[in-house]
Amino acid sequence: MNKFESFTGLVCPLDRANVDTDAIIPKQFLKSTQRSGFGPNLFDEWRYLDHGEPGMDNHLRPTNPRFVLNDPRYEDADILLARENFGCGSSREHAPWALLDYGFKVLIAPSFADIFYNNCFKNGILPITLPTEQIDQLFELATNDAALELSINLTTQTIQQDEQTHWSFDIDLFRKHCLLEGLDDIDLTLQHVDDIKAYEKKRTQQAPWLFTQNH
Amino acid sequence: MMAKTLYDKLWDAHVVREEKNGTCLLYIDRHLLHEVTSPQAFEGLRLAGRKPWRQTANLATPDHNVPTTSRDMSAAGPISRTQVETLDNNCAEFGITEFKLEDIRQGIVHVIGPEQGATLPGMTVVCGDSHTSTHGAFAALAHGIGTSEIEHVLATQCLIQKKSKTMQIIVDGPVSSGTTAKDIILAIIGKIGTAGGTGYAIEFAGQGITDLSMEGRMSLCNMTIEAGARAGFVAVDEKTLAYVKDRPYAPSGDLWEQAVENWRTLHSDKGAKFDKTITLDGTDIQPQVTWGTSPEMVVPVSGKIPELTEATSALQAESWQHALDYMGLQSGMPIQDIALDKVFIGSCTNSRIEDLRAAAEVLKGEKVAANIKLAMVVPGSGLVKRQAESEGLDQLFIAAGFEWRQPGCSMCLAMNPDRLEPGERCASTSNRNFEGRQGQGGRTHLVSPAMAAAAAITGHFVDVRELS
Repeated sequence: MNKFESFTGLVCPLDRANVDTDAIIPKQFLKSTQRSGFGPNLFDEWRYLDHGEPGMDNHLRPTNPRFVLNDPRYEDADILLARENFGCGSSREHAPWALLDYGFKVLIAPSFADIFYNNCFKNGILPITLPTEQIDQLFELATNDAALELSINLTTQTIQQDEQTHWSFDIDLFRKHCLLEGLDDIDLTLQHVDDIKAYEKKRTQQAPWLFTQNH
Repeated sequence: MMAKTLYDKLWDAHVVREEKNGTCLLYIDRHLLHEVTSPQAFEGLRLAGRKPWRQTANLATPDHNVPTTSRDMSAAGPISRTQVETLDNNCAEFGITEFKLEDIRQGIVHVIGPEQGATLPGMTVVCGDSHTSTHGAFAALAHGIGTSEIEHVLATQCLIQKKSKTMQIIVDGPVSSGTTAKDIILAIIGKIGTAGGTGYAIEFAGQGITDLSMEGRMSLCNMTIEAGARAGFVAVDEKTLAYVKDRPYAPSGDLWEQAVENWRTLHSDKGAKFDKTITLDGTDIQPQVTWGTSPEMVVPVSGKIPELTEATSALQAESWQHALDYMGLQSGMPIQDIALDKVFIGSCTNSRIEDLRAAAEVLKGEKVAANIKLAMVVPGSGLVKRQAESEGLDQLFIAAGFEWRQPGCSMCLAMNPDRLEPGERCASTSNRNFEGRQGQGGRTHLVSPAMAAAAAITGHFVDVRELS
């Protein structure tokens, strides 16, 4: 996983609550056995006017001009501003893969669904939660004619628009550390092989039925 | 000693190590796999040159993609076939038990785990599928994970986790006859909302819950994720033990006795503290029908679609209007006026034998209404299908005009050819009414199996309790 670096990026406002992972990446694209290539089908049913299937040339498909990702103001956005309970529903990690493949590195919302939130960190995406009033303020700024650019600094846990306008956010310190260092969870866990083996030994005595295959 | 909740007990028994900041390494007893979310995890193992930590903790089956008209994968198209073959190859390469498509034990992963006794009380159970919460019916700590975590569990038998907050939901009973587990969980979601349980692990309690069969408790826990909570569970009682006994993967003999002694402690201690407690009066809960594009958009079958003025915020009113536009409905419309095109009985929520019996009971001597283009039953597993056939339920469904299919996830998420066409309206026993979930432009109304059967014969929603 790449280290999460500070950057300044363009904000795309998606003004809908309860955006589910079926909407983020529809089921027909889950048939892939790869981790990449989902970006062109991010929000497929909202973004295109026809029905999308894997293998189509997405450049030739009619796009929905009313969908925010197709608004020229937000072309090349790398920060997605969203509403409450973003990423609810299916646990498919294809949702963060699609967001990342499209180019979103940071998501800002009042709340995220638990499994989706967790999946973001496994892929180097930073999901930021802010109070609803601040989200409302950001939506206002992002939907003005001039595009909103924000600087995201994970080390200082700040979002900055300019000298005067900035916000700070909370994040679990362990998750922050993993993102900043680009750490691989499996490598981290395998540093504790002895602990896992000791647990299994103790557990085999306490609950032996869990370690026998009875069929 | 401090009184512990069931969640505390399940959690504490699985902590391998804990960091100062509360981050834990949690041991996983059972890992279930299917074809859609696992290929990239196996590929990760292969690239890193790793092997599964404990092969026998894993159990796999194809379910999401499989055709239900036959067992021939080419019927589902070449990409789906590749994905199922990839699961077969990965399981063979890494030494993982798989119930393949032609195996009678194949089925929806959340049906076969309990059916085989592969899900046991007190276990931690994970799977790359959000409806893993189903297994909480057995007082197991069970939740969905992403593909990175599938790889993590395969490689280490552990997950990096932080403890959730605890919520107790009490359903005082008894609930009225005709009200099912599905109605109870839909009513709960209607009350707390789809984000109401975010950050919590939910324990369900009260007579309305303990009166439920194990199948009912699985339907209930299954949709905990639709209330925002990754895990939901019910304490062990005699029903739990009776269900598990003599299942193929369950312990036997002395081990059974030893296990039962341990399992009887799997309940919250008297006086245990929860971060939040919510109480519902079970006697108030009527059969439920969703009207919108989120499971929280739900009302009793006797009710009407709410007016926008009843919304609690401008944002909610806007999302209701959006949902009504998508669903082709108007606020204020009585639920019973909604006419249907298709009926789907199946999914990890409602495809077990009790669900099929409940639907069949309603259909006895009846015919599917003329406006219903397709009514189908998709049993949850090969063994459920065989059991239903031995009871003659298949003949009852077929006589009423239903199609009797092969097991799989089918039209719950429409990854296989079973789907709605744009604009089609469906009474579905599945778990999500999201836009496009059952097919692009499709309109889903979530109901119990009995309510779906009643809708099939009348052609519109009707209170199943009022059918003579």
